[in-house]
Amino acid sequence: MVAKRIIPCLDVKDGRTVKGVNFVGLKDVGDAVELGCRYAQEGADELVYLDISATVEGRKTFTSLVERIAQNINIPFTVGGGISTMDDAARLLDAGADKISINSAAVANPAIIDQIAAKYGSQFLVLAIDAKQVDGIWRITTHGGNKLTDKELISWAYEGQERGAGEILFTSMDHDGTKNGYPCETYAALADKLSIPIIASGGAGSVDDIVKVLTDGKADAALAASIFHYGEVSIAELKKELQKRDIKVRL
Amino acid sequence: MIAIVDYDTGNLCSVCNALRRLGVEYVLTDDAETIRNADKVLLPGVGEASSAMEKLRERGLCDVIKNLTQPVLGICIGMQLMCASSEEGNTTCLGIFPTAVKRFAADKAAGVKVPHMGWNEIHSLKTPLLDGLAEGSFLYFVHSFAPQMCDEAIASSVNGVQFAAALNKGNFYGTQFHPEKSGTIGEVILRNFVEKC
Repeated sequence: MVAKRIIPCLDVKDGRTVKGVNFVGLKDVGDAVELGCRYAQEGADELVYLDISATVEGRKTFTSLVERIAQNINIPFTVGGGISTMDDAARLLDAGADKISINSAAVANPAIIDQIAAKYGSQFLVLAIDAKQVDGIWRITTHGGNKLTDKELISWAYEGQERGAGEILFTSMDHDGTKNGYPCETYAALADKLSIPIIASGGAGSVDDIVKVLTDGKADAALAASIFHYGEVSIAELKKELQKRDIKVRL
Repeated sequence: MIAIVDYDTGNLCSVCNALRRLGVEYVLTDDAETIRNADKVLLPGVGEASSAMEKLRERGLCDVIKNLTQPVLGICIGMQLMCASSEEGNTTCLGIFPTAVKRFAADKAAGVKVPHMGWNEIHSLKTPLLDGLAEGSFLYFVHSFAPQMCDEAIASSVNGVQFAAALNKGNFYGTQFHPEKSGTIGEVILRNFVEKC
């Protein structure tokens, strides 16, 4: 059986990491490559780099950063943020990304999932989904949670799988940033419906939260940012703890 | 010099980057003469098996690869193309490893997912390619099809069913996992190929 994955997420703006733990001995905490190497050494199973640049110039900088990440990091990494065209996908593949994640662009134009999967394979495409509960229904949001759509979570995730997405990265906008844990029942419902891997994101405040989403929530991986960045728990400590709780991890 | 076979498939630069990190010289080529004259040959690949086979055929490289006598390492699709056949696109392959490549069956109740994506353990390790690795080492896999177990298996893994995670026959080696993405353990394997095979 494949091990459960722990994935730190790094936000990058204009080529520099804007959130990141202040590792002792790092020359430059803003350097996304150095931070990624450090996480890889600590036992991260994959990395996610999210481009939050708002300008064309910032996006260009991100592409050259992706090249540098590919040259230096020896574990798989996903890049996301602002990807909306086949050209974006090609540019990031050529730069050396193992996977890309798309979010708002797929909601606006679901056929882009089919196009990317057909051209580059499902393994290259992570469908990122943000959703929040409205009157008891999980509804998809886009643009960082600012726009509410009519799409429902599980049917959209299933559609994404059928169109060719290789993984689902689901973030609950009701839980993101709260550190109150994940909506495990919803993750489990997704896992019961889908056959592709599911990555849980947003809400982890403790090791127990991560244990719960990987067991009760049946998630295949947990992605987190602040819990690692602010040094509340190291990846190595987290994975040792998961192993103690009989969760299969790579140590 | 290592020749990396460039047949317009998948993400070749991750293999190039991995060799560069090890300080190993390589050339990316689809030229038959360059491939024949290389000290070692690497056949990488990401993508769909039948179209990848077609790309080898178009370049006239099938017989070139089959007749190589120096060490050859196929990675992922590269290894699958060295098997007898693949269910992906129902294609015959190069027939170097006498085993068939079959699709995994997803099993939600048992937690078996397709694609098989992530880090999994390998067991029953043999040959210099896997020297220095502990039984149960974790390697990075991304695939939906896998070669069936056979006498040529030099490592096995399990995703619902047991499959050949690595193969060896004579001078030919193959790994279903991606050593170029498997952290320091993957680097040990690539170095073994360069120095010990």
